[in-house]
Amino acid sequence: MLKQLLFGLSLLITLGVFAYTMRRLFYNFRYTRPKKLRDFCKRLKITFEVAILQTKIMRFPFAGLLHALVFWGFIIILFGSIEMVVDGLAGTVRVFGFLGWFYDFLTGAGDVFAFIIFISIIVFLARRLFFTVNRFYGLEMKPVSKADANLALSFILLLMVSLLGMNTFYLLDAQAAGRAVVGSYPVSALLAGWFEGMSAGQMHFWHEFNWWFHILLIFVFANVLPYSKHFHVFMSVPNVFVSRIEPLGVVDNMDSITREVKLMLDPTLAADAPAEAPSRFGVADAEDVNWVNYMNALSCTECGRCTSVCPANITGKLLSPRKIMMDLRARMKEKGPGLAKEGGQYDDGKALLGSYISEEELWACTMCNACAMECPVNIHQPSIILDMRRYLVLEKSAAPGGLNAAFTNIENNGAPWQFSPHDRLKWAEELSMNKID
Amino acid sequence: MENKIAVKVPVMADVVASGHQPEWLFWVGSAGAFDDRYRKVTREFAKILAYLGTDYAVLGAEESDSGDVARRAGNEMLFQMQVLTNIQILNGYGVKKIVSCCPHDYNTFKHEYPVLGGSYEVWHHTQFLQKMIESGKINIKSNPFDGKTIVFHDPCYLGRANNEYEAPRFILDALPALNVEMKRNRSKALCCGAGGGQMFKEAEKGNKEVFIERTEEAIATGADIIATACPFCMVMMSDGIKYKNQEERLKNYDIAELVSMSLGL
Repeated sequence: MLKQLLFGLSLLITLGVFAYTMRRLFYNFRYTRPKKLRDFCKRLKITFEVAILQTKIMRFPFAGLLHALVFWGFIIILFGSIEMVVDGLAGTVRVFGFLGWFYDFLTGAGDVFAFIIFISIIVFLARRLFFTVNRFYGLEMKPVSKADANLALSFILLLMVSLLGMNTFYLLDAQAAGRAVVGSYPVSALLAGWFEGMSAGQMHFWHEFNWWFHILLIFVFANVLPYSKHFHVFMSVPNVFVSRIEPLGVVDNMDSITREVKLMLDPTLAADAPAEAPSRFGVADAEDVNWVNYMNALSCTECGRCTSVCPANITGKLLSPRKIMMDLRARMKEKGPGLAKEGGQYDDGKALLGSYISEEELWACTMCNACAMECPVNIHQPSIILDMRRYLVLEKSAAPGGLNAAFTNIENNGAPWQFSPHDRLKWAEELSMNKID
Repeated sequence: MENKIAVKVPVMADVVASGHQPEWLFWVGSAGAFDDRYRKVTREFAKILAYLGTDYAVLGAEESDSGDVARRAGNEMLFQMQVLTNIQILNGYGVKKIVSCCPHDYNTFKHEYPVLGGSYEVWHHTQFLQKMIESGKINIKSNPFDGKTIVFHDPCYLGRANNEYEAPRFILDALPALNVEMKRNRSKALCCGAGGGQMFKEAEKGNKEVFIERTEEAIATGADIIATACPFCMVMMSDGIKYKNQEERLKNYDIAELVSMSLGL
């Protein structure tokens, strides 16, 4: 009974802290701009492919496959974690055992996956600590980002060790006490051989220890995650669902501009055009992005696939698509509390564009979409980059000189170069070809 | 060899005035009309259209910039002005099908014009040429590239943006040449460096220009020809070849030019 009480109390604290953090994070969504979602069926399909089947992460086959195994393993193991919560509250042991062969399957798969994840995490840690994987480096990868990554991996490593420990000593404990084993534990059965010399009391202790260690670590981890880039664990699947589903080449139309342009072309429309221009065109600060952009930022786990394929970054320019996402997330975290207190008027003298992201970064983008193509969770970095360019051009007239000249030419003579529209057919003059029979 | 025939390029205003509605609009694009190098591509493609007897017309002086550069450089106002005026002309002529040699124009017509009231069936010239080869209307027999190796550079706005990786490769496979791939190809292709308005501005500070990185990758394949399918890519790859002093050994052709040469036009 004491055990149940202790468990219930820790669960309550976990949920309480988690709810508090979530409220603070999700409160920020109300400062973002709206964006409508359509095509729910298509979204479900994309979520199944990209999130569940992990198709995009496999584009980097080695790390991709390991990640997919970890992800699938987590899904299976989640079942066991839910069971632990029920067991903890109800004072039962392996309460879902009544599921029979299905339980054997889930526990067996979970046990094997725990081992696979353990190995994968060792590989991941080794890649970060002992090898030089280029995408783990970059201007935005400060020591704290690296520590964050290693901390998350260490958490998972300990979770897997304690899970395998729990299963191993569960087998030994049951054996010593003459109880029937519920479920199947192929890897732990092998590990059990190492500990057969232990006394029954020790076996019982280590089972209890690993059980508590595992579940409490989950509780702590769940509350560390929202402060870590590894919050991605919660956000990625929903992010894929709400992510952009248009082909990569499409840019969101600015309807506010359409109204203005139509008015310019036909002033008689003025009467029935309601004046609801946004506070500003484009994005200058965190609250100018739409809610999907912010969701993207919360889902980014800083893997750097985007930056590793960015032509600007590869050739030594400042732009890093990963940094754009990290900056948006950091800026929202910084500005959110002030916005909550003082509302939309809040001004801390800083802005996403300027204090975090420089014009130099934005103008280095070729809009090639290589970053978005690689993002395993369907983040669309170019749309934020473009929205900030839009702010610079539409609000500040601050485009680089060459582009301003191109704009002027398009306005004056319908081409980015200074040629007369009447010369548009020059290429066709004296055109002839060989006669082919 | 005096076996030349004049190629007359039909202009939409004249064709429609004569009471005929052409099946295709050939959208030449600003680069196709004004860039010295890409004008050659436009000419070769027009020759192919003449050879095929395609029922088409161009807008000529009535054509204006598609707006792609303006939009991707952040000038949404200018983009939409261009789109709305272009749509007035296109819809005025009752245009249904557009073929363009520029992936950027192809992309914006296909995906971005419909929202603003202009819906057309849009083809990139490589898709058009693929169709003509498949249907047997283009039948390549001659051997101008015998013993040559061709490497294709994917344009971002045909490939990643529109998922069209195979049409250009289908055409190249129909040519009697050996095709090789760069390490980064199809959806992993490296941009030439000219998209998103870069064509018209100085590159930001870095340790290399993107077009040099990409040209080096193409050179490393040992190919004799870099095949491109985009006016911006062509400027960049041609510059890269010059920069690397490879003009003697390595040529850059648009896929339309390769087809035209194979047909002996």
